Amino acid sequence: MRLSLYANQRTLRAVIVFAFSLFCFIGFGHVEPAFGKNDGVTNIFRPLSQPAQEIKETSFLVLLVCAVIFIVVAGLLIYAIVRFRHRAGDEASEPPQVYGSNQIELAWTVLPILVVFVLILVTSRTIADIQNRKAPPGAVQATVVGHQWWWEIRYPELGIVTANELHVPASTGDKRRPAFLKLQSADVAHSFWVPQFAGKTDLIPNKENRMWFEPTKPGTYLGNCAEYCGTQHARMLIRVVVQTPEEFDRWVRDQQQATSVATNVADSRKAFFANSCVNCHTIRGTSAQGKFGPDLTHLMSREMLAGGVVPNTADNLRLWLRDPQKIKVGCLMPNMQMTDTEVDEIVAYLQTLK
Amino acid sequence: MATQEIALPAVREPSASLMERLHGLVITVDHKKLGLMYIGTALGFLVVAGLMAVGIRLQLAVPVNKLLEPDVFNRFFTMHGTSMVFLVGMPIIAGLGNYLVPLMIGTRDMAFPRLNAFGYWMFLFGGLLLYFSYLGAPGLAGHGSAPDVGWFAYAPLTARAFSRGTSTDYWILSLLLTSVGSTVSAINVIATTIALRCPGMKLMRMPLLVWLMLVTNFMILLALPGLSGAQIMLLIDRYPGGHFFDTQAGGSAVIWQHFFWIFGHPEVYILMIPAFACLSEIIPVFSRKPIFGYPIMVGATAMIGLISVSVWAHHMFSVGMTSVGNTFFAISTFLVAIPTGIKIFNWLGTMYGGRIRFELPMLFCIAFLFQFLIAGLTGVMLAVVPFNWQLTDSYFVVAHFHYTLVGAFLFGIFAGFYYWYPKAVGRFLDPRLGLWHFWLFVIGFHLTFDTLHFAGFLGMPRRIFTYDAGRGWDTLNFIATVGALCQATAILVLAINIVRSAKKGRLAGNDPWDAWTLEWSTNSPPPDYNFATMPTVRSRRPLWDLKHPEDPDWKYE
Repeated sequence: MRLSLYANQRTLRAVIVFAFSLFCFIGFGHVEPAFGKNDGVTNIFRPLSQPAQEIKETSFLVLLVCAVIFIVVAGLLIYAIVRFRHRAGDEASEPPQVYGSNQIELAWTVLPILVVFVLILVTSRTIADIQNRKAPPGAVQATVVGHQWWWEIRYPELGIVTANELHVPASTGDKRRPAFLKLQSADVAHSFWVPQFAGKTDLIPNKENRMWFEPTKPGTYLGNCAEYCGTQHARMLIRVVVQTPEEFDRWVRDQQQATSVATNVADSRKAFFANSCVNCHTIRGTSAQGKFGPDLTHLMSREMLAGGVVPNTADNLRLWLRDPQKIKVGCLMPNMQMTDTEVDEIVAYLQTLK
Repeated sequence: MATQEIALPAVREPSASLMERLHGLVITVDHKKLGLMYIGTALGFLVVAGLMAVGIRLQLAVPVNKLLEPDVFNRFFTMHGTSMVFLVGMPIIAGLGNYLVPLMIGTRDMAFPRLNAFGYWMFLFGGLLLYFSYLGAPGLAGHGSAPDVGWFAYAPLTARAFSRGTSTDYWILSLLLTSVGSTVSAINVIATTIALRCPGMKLMRMPLLVWLMLVTNFMILLALPGLSGAQIMLLIDRYPGGHFFDTQAGGSAVIWQHFFWIFGHPEVYILMIPAFACLSEIIPVFSRKPIFGYPIMVGATAMIGLISVSVWAHHMFSVGMTSVGNTFFAISTFLVAIPTGIKIFNWLGTMYGGRIRFELPMLFCIAFLFQFLIAGLTGVMLAVVPFNWQLTDSYFVVAHFHYTLVGAFLFGIFAGFYYWYPKAVGRFLDPRLGLWHFWLFVIGFHLTFDTLHFAGFLGMPRRIFTYDAGRGWDTLNFIATVGALCQATAILVLAINIVRSAKKGRLAGNDPWDAWTLEWSTNSPPPDYNFATMPTVRSRRPLWDLKHPEDPDWKYE
């Protein structure tokens, strides 16, 4: 006796139709927000810069090719399944025994080879175009150094060191100012990914990588570290602040200044320098020359704290100084066990670092 | 002439006590018992590692969730990945190979039965050692516990400066042990296939499953040394103070990635080919036609085996290789799509013109075909290097490889379970529970992994323990978690079914599916000696010849 799950063909059809509609329903539900307009969503298909734009165009071609292949092959499968399904009365005999056909095998070998050939051409061209791009005059050169779990950002030509928020000028039609980045790592492997600007490039210790992008629209854009780098990999966020050329130049001038020593915070200044803050942090123009943590020279010009985890407000600074492990557990800044007075004084001092 | 039915009545062991049965398992060198022990243990690890996946999904169900601490989460995904590959995938293929190859080539046991038992125990204790790290790796105060470096353990995160304590050492040593197990098991299957085929079983008359197992085991021998060698180097880095991957002292972090993926990419095919093997046996039987283009299927598998050792760096497009290097690995990756496509077409050709019976094994095969098609196409997308720069290390990649390893590998293996369970146990798995398992798993699978492709498009990186609201990932992740719970329920149904049917299932008889290969000519379950007399075969389908003396296969081959 043969085991038959679907004595009733109608049940089979109902099940298939139900599963298929569910599938379409779910599929549509997902495609819609992915392609709809959403601010703050780092959609790779809504690029705002080269090379993400070029990657999107290549991707659409590939998606199209894959969609056609899917429709053809899935169509054939569905046809075979429906047309050649077992029917009542089939038990009596076996279908014709076909062992193969060399012509058919040849056809379905050659067709994929042709498709693959086209894809190879498109791919190689795009790789060469993006990877071998040379920096034009006027390009902004920056070095990004990955740390567990924050980004050190240096502009060697401009003499600026900052962290976590990369400022770049917007390119305009007549004045192109792409950003060319050197990527390094101080500890483990990280990966720099701002989806709307470019694909990923890894930051690997003892190896220098390069990448570039050329945004045109001012704004703040998000990205993540995309290579697992330890405990707080999830909260190693990048912000790229794209500014008009004038704003960018003003930002550069501000950052280049050494910190102003505000006289009214002398006490608080003392609290900072009396603690071991200086072992890890740099404040240009002072004796604080530590290299392990982020540069604090212009801390208050940054939007966020702790690698993009919380907004840079006095309250958050206070919480952070009291116990960094409460905000970002596992992070490499220890709880310094400071008294409330010390914390308040240091926050007051830090707030002068504009 | 072909095979002879064994006239002996089904052998019923006199009921033994639990201790006697356990003792029997410990001392056994029987390929069938060992095969089932491999598969049973793998299912145990599947449940544990699956529960970890549920933990991961629960943590990610809503933004800024506080359910799991970051370190706990990182250990979960490390242990999940490591277990699923080394303690679920590898032993399942070893188990299938062990159980089926001797039966399909008409012999009484593997070539090296004791080595076979040795391989199993190495695997089992390797796996237990990995999980013992939860208790035994305290390391420095407050550090350690299970490994948390990810399943591919990129240098230099594994250096002692960044991975304190002994958790990484547990990862290295336990995998070295299981690798020894996999290696001896591979040698055994190869030797058995080459040396112990029954009279008339030429290489080109072997069932496709045996061919595919042969290829897969050759690949194990080729690929595993890459990993073992790298792990030994890492141990040397960690203790005697070597500098292979020590970037502070001029070592190279990228070399680790090359070593790992020289193992890691063939590994994907090592897992996939046995699933292909199950399909290549099941689809013909339930379509009532011989496999379409047998020699081409053999050739395509060998091609996949060859090409797959030259594609490893497609996991590394973002590490900053030259444009020439990137192009080379893109081309080799595209090439592997061709033999893979040929296989799909040949299964389609087998179904075409047949009379397809929608039994449970076939349902899993059909789901496999659609899911593997999608997995292959997303693989093609990932081979397009610029697209890969966007997609790699994002949730798109997570969705892609779960499509291959769950949607294809696991579905293929489940098809095999439903197909050969009557042979191994003598009873059918309950079809009603089987249908529940199938539909819950299909729906759960699509809810989870279809969704995650889109999370990748929206810039969600993999291996993050939390994310902020407002980045468009919330709904997608919530749906994915619902799907994961759905899949977990399906596995529960399967477990109930396996246990229940062993006692209460409908009796199957020797040849419940009206199939054609030698394992169906002996009792269910097969006696210790497999075949009372050595079978002789004249074609690829000895049982077809027997059932259709008027139209035997050997006339056409």
